[in-house]
Amino acid sequence: MKLETLKRLNTARDAREAAILITDVTTGDERLVLEKDGYAGDPLEEELGKRFRSGGSGMVRQPEGGDLFFTVSVPPPRLVVVGAVHISQALAPMARIAGFDMSIVDPRTAFASEERFPDVPLYAEWPDVAIPKVGLDRFTALAALTHDPKIDDGALTAALAAGCFYVGALGSRKTHGKRLERLRAAGVDDAALETIHAPIGLAIGARSPAEIAVAILAEVIGALRRRGMAGETVA
Amino acid sequence: METVTSSERVLDVLATAEGWRGSGRDVAIATVMETWGSAPRPVGSHLVVDSEGNFEGSVSGGCVEGAVVAEAVDVIADGKPRMLEFGVADETAWRVGLSCGGRIRVYVEKLD
Repeated sequence: MKLETLKRLNTARDAREAAILITDVTTGDERLVLEKDGYAGDPLEEELGKRFRSGGSGMVRQPEGGDLFFTVSVPPPRLVVVGAVHISQALAPMARIAGFDMSIVDPRTAFASEERFPDVPLYAEWPDVAIPKVGLDRFTALAALTHDPKIDDGALTAALAAGCFYVGALGSRKTHGKRLERLRAAGVDDAALETIHAPIGLAIGARSPAEIAVAILAEVIGALRRRGMAGETVA
Repeated sequence: METVTSSERVLDVLATAEGWRGSGRDVAIATVMETWGSAPRPVGSHLVVDSEGNFEGSVSGGCVEGAVVAEAVDVIADGKPRMLEFGVADETAWRVGLSCGGRIRVYVEKLD
């Protein structure tokens, strides 16, 4: 491997950009493909697409002979929680244990206090200010938990636009119905709205804040694994 | 946007490889490319080795690291990449202790 190639790969990883290093194990030739640069028309386009989605590294045997190894690097998953509420207090340690980098957005400073959320990055600002700082991407999940449309709606719209792998919102079916009407009126298309997980969390009959946190985290993990993204990327 | 945290970076094998090379050390990178049966480390796992035999990371649960490190020192010396295979049927692998019943192929290349 050339040091230059390794530097480019590490730079992409630091910037949370998906990258694939293709190594011809017969010749030692290598090339790096960054997802953001696009790969349409690449002779290996289909394989690249499959692996960017799955996140899994592996050997690819060429029909004409020769083995190519794909070192696939996709960013570690993140969870952005809008709402520094009781559920979020239970969710923070669980998410950390499950391997998610979690951060919290809530403009209500009485909620978003360090005392309530030790060791969690807190953004005590409105989502339109905080979300660009957090930086949503396809490897980020967003859960809107404030119950307040003034706070939740903007964050949900931003998450759908960013292609977050999971977008969930707290609230009953009735509450969600009204939410869909508002977002539709704001110009969000139906296909995107259908991807919102609401009522939030797997249906396990959760009652307490901690149980609801379990249901949410399980649903987030389900979304992550269904998109086939391997948790362990380049070790 | 936040980047990976420093603790992750410390344990990050590819970052270590870049750092070691950057400080002038000769370095080889070993990568698990294929596994069959029970293998403790997944495909894509890395081990970085320098010419003194210092290493970080893992390609097995500790079973074959010693053998990989020895080969890596040779790869650093001659610059030629090679594919190593370890399995329970392989006498070397048995001796170095890949007793979990799995089989792995590990590619070792010099970081130029």
